[in-house]
Amino acid sequence: MSLDEIYKETILDHYAHPRNMGRLSNSTITVEGANPLCGDEISLYLLVEEGRIQDVRFEGRGCSISQASTSMMTEIIKGKDLSQVRALIDAFKGMMHGKEPEVDLGDLVALQGVRKFPVRIKCATLAWIALQQALDDFEEKGATATRVVEE
Amino acid sequence: MAIPRTVREDFPILRRRVHGKPLVYLDSAATSQKPRQVIDALVRYYEEYNANVHRGIYAIAEEATARYEEARGKVAAFIGARRPEEVIFTRSTTEALNLVAYAWGLHHLREGDEILLTEMEHHSNLVPWQIVAAMRGATLRFLPFDEEGFLVLDDLERVLTERTKVVAISHQSNVLGTINPVAEIAERAHAVGAVVVVDGAQSVPHMPVDVQELGCDFLAFSGHKMCGPTGIGALYGRYELLEAMPPFHGGGEMIQLVHLHTSTYKDPPWKFEAGTPNIADAIAWGVAVDYLSGIGMEAIRAHEKELVRYALNRLQEMGEVKVYGPRDVERRGSAIAFNVAEVHPHDVAQVLDQEGICIRAGHHCTQPLHRRLGVAATARASFYLYNTEEDVDKLVAGLRRVRELFSRVPR
Repeated sequence: MSLDEIYKETILDHYAHPRNMGRLSNSTITVEGANPLCGDEISLYLLVEEGRIQDVRFEGRGCSISQASTSMMTEIIKGKDLSQVRALIDAFKGMMHGKEPEVDLGDLVALQGVRKFPVRIKCATLAWIALQQALDDFEEKGATATRVVEE
Repeated sequence: MAIPRTVREDFPILRRRVHGKPLVYLDSAATSQKPRQVIDALVRYYEEYNANVHRGIYAIAEEATARYEEARGKVAAFIGARRPEEVIFTRSTTEALNLVAYAWGLHHLREGDEILLTEMEHHSNLVPWQIVAAMRGATLRFLPFDEEGFLVLDDLERVLTERTKVVAISHQSNVLGTINPVAEIAERAHAVGAVVVVDGAQSVPHMPVDVQELGCDFLAFSGHKMCGPTGIGALYGRYELLEAMPPFHGGGEMIQLVHLHTSTYKDPPWKFEAGTPNIADAIAWGVAVDYLSGIGMEAIRAHEKELVRYALNRLQEMGEVKVYGPRDVERRGSAIAFNVAEVHPHDVAQVLDQEGICIRAGHHCTQPLHRRLGVAATARASFYLYNTEEDVDKLVAGLRRVRELFSRVPR
């Protein structure tokens, strides 16, 4: 086990230079995800129109893994339709629990190394679980705001 | 250093290697390591006289009972209690604080009464009071702390009133390290008729603590932070107060006569020790007390002061490391909370772990304190009698490695 397996260049780059950082004034869904144990916090702002993520931004603070994972997530889901987003969520969560992803996860495969550090897996999945819950709430109840607290 | 390096030989775990590196244990504020003497005492109990206490009419049961009660006497003497019966064995500091909150608090608190806490309390000296206050219609008040991490005593006049029935304060902060002026606060609390509950989880293991000098009515502390086993703690209470309190838990061992509708209870402390107690760990805790007394609490305190002075200087030299809490080693203990610029404490801890260095990262069960500091989490290194300046040097080298790693990608 070495630190290079967890702190890959891509992760440190997304941590230092988060993509899609900020708020969206015209968002249709907002999601807050928090892990009180670590103090990781993220807020996602999604503009969903015609079943597609037209735009996405995030704000957050927390460890490199949680912030890099969120940053990479916003990159990969932008422009995707909701069924594609769901497939990405499943693939990413699966990968973090040892399953080979069936869809291309791009840069996100850099987070695979986190699997060897079990207490950090939740840092990587925080944004994804929050997004999944938000999409569930949106599709089931038309809810536009969701808050998810990871234990 | 006030304590010779050879003390490390008493702690078998310190020979361990982690990730190929010698273990550098800097998390004694979470739990201390155990000397061979304590580990042996546990094994001896189970191998030689394992029996339930206070009931068996046979030799090993009498032996177990005698050792268990002897341990109570050792713990009582260690904190300057007037008699062993002023010490109730609990599972932990947390359980001890819950015992006071429920058995004393529920019985005495009325609507409109106030409970005075500080903004630096561990959740275990906060949440039980929130629960009991809600049940009784009482109100929580808080004494704040200043930029340096000292309680703002000038505010006592504002928050300590004739409505205050309980003042519950930490003796030493588990994050800032601040040693609070308990004796002074206790005197002022008694002047308005409040009882004084002290969370001694971080102080009792690290400095001489005498309940008569503190002037407290209750003191909660744990075995596992002072070289004893986990799962054993104690509540000290002034005997008159314990006598007037109803039981906390009901069951076996705490009763005199049981009828279908009513029961009578034993005298303190047994009234508060329902069920089979944690016999082995209580006895081994007594051995830990002997061990610490043998070295001397003054010597331990002096050793830690030197280490903390050294560590604070080394951390300050580094730059990019922000240390929270007082600088004056006379007014602080050996837990040092800090943050490395631009690096989350979990990442700091992860990198240090690869060097075999154990520190804590997170909110350390003090979310309100961290909110007050304006940070979600901190890293914390804490020292004990077995730590050395070399450990501090390794910590500093590890933190350099953290900086290196995270500056690989420039901001």
